[in-house]
Amino acid sequence: MDQLNNYLFIAAILFSLGVFGVMTRRNGIAVLMGVELILNAANINFIAFSRFGGMNLDGHIFGLIIIVLAAAEAAVALAIVINIYNNMNTINVDEASALKE
Amino acid sequence: MAESIFWFIAAFTVISAAFVVLNNQLIYSAVALLFTLFGVAGLYVFLWADFIAGVQLLVYIGGILVLIIFGIMLTNRISSVRLSQTNVQQGVGGAVAIWLFILILMVVSKTPWNQMDTIEPASTVRDIGTLLLTKYLLPFEAISLLLLGALIGAAVLSREEN
Repeated sequence: MDQLNNYLFIAAILFSLGVFGVMTRRNGIAVLMGVELILNAANINFIAFSRFGGMNLDGHIFGLIIIVLAAAEAAVALAIVINIYNNMNTINVDEASALKE
Repeated sequence: MAESIFWFIAAFTVISAAFVVLNNQLIYSAVALLFTLFGVAGLYVFLWADFIAGVQLLVYIGGILVLIIFGIMLTNRISSVRLSQTNVQQGVGGAVAIWLFILILMVVSKTPWNQMDTIEPASTVRDIGTLLLTKYLLPFEAISLLLLGALIGAAVLSREEN
């Protein structure tokens, strides 16, 4: 728990799992969950470097801004997903590929 | 003691993250995401980031996760079997993910990281507040504007057309 490498290792696993989810999931909301995993992995890295770089709080500010960005992204993405569902009756990203009806 | 708790939280986070991307039931994925976010908040506590851990619980679990579950509920007929979904192109996706993981692992293990010894601060909240209103005032205002834009955008997008 006092080694920077451990945290970077956990973040790398979370990031890879998130990339896997974004690439293989068909459901739009499941893709969004993969994006959340990637954002969390990046956040762990920021906080870990902040902690092991002499408790410099700049990393915490970055972490806060990433969390706010994730909230904004989730709100807009879910509005888009619900719109796609209303128009095309599916949110599988491979089926809802038409840009207009 | 603290060491074993750390490894427990780490394993907990990683296993539930694997559940998020591998499970075929969307609702189960959302619940697994809850445990992942809890685990990440625990890691923040180990990194002495008390404020960020609190924000993680409030915004991610209290906000984003609820939004995601709302999305699942609104876009699926709960009583039907369409709530499940399958992954496609698992081979290619898995290969790319493992390649990325090995790449990051090599970078992490080969770099001689410079670790500084510091003492644990009593609380980070006061310093974060000071930084937000002095050095990072412009990003703070920019992120407020972005939130406002996202709010209006989401409201306009999801409104019934008249």
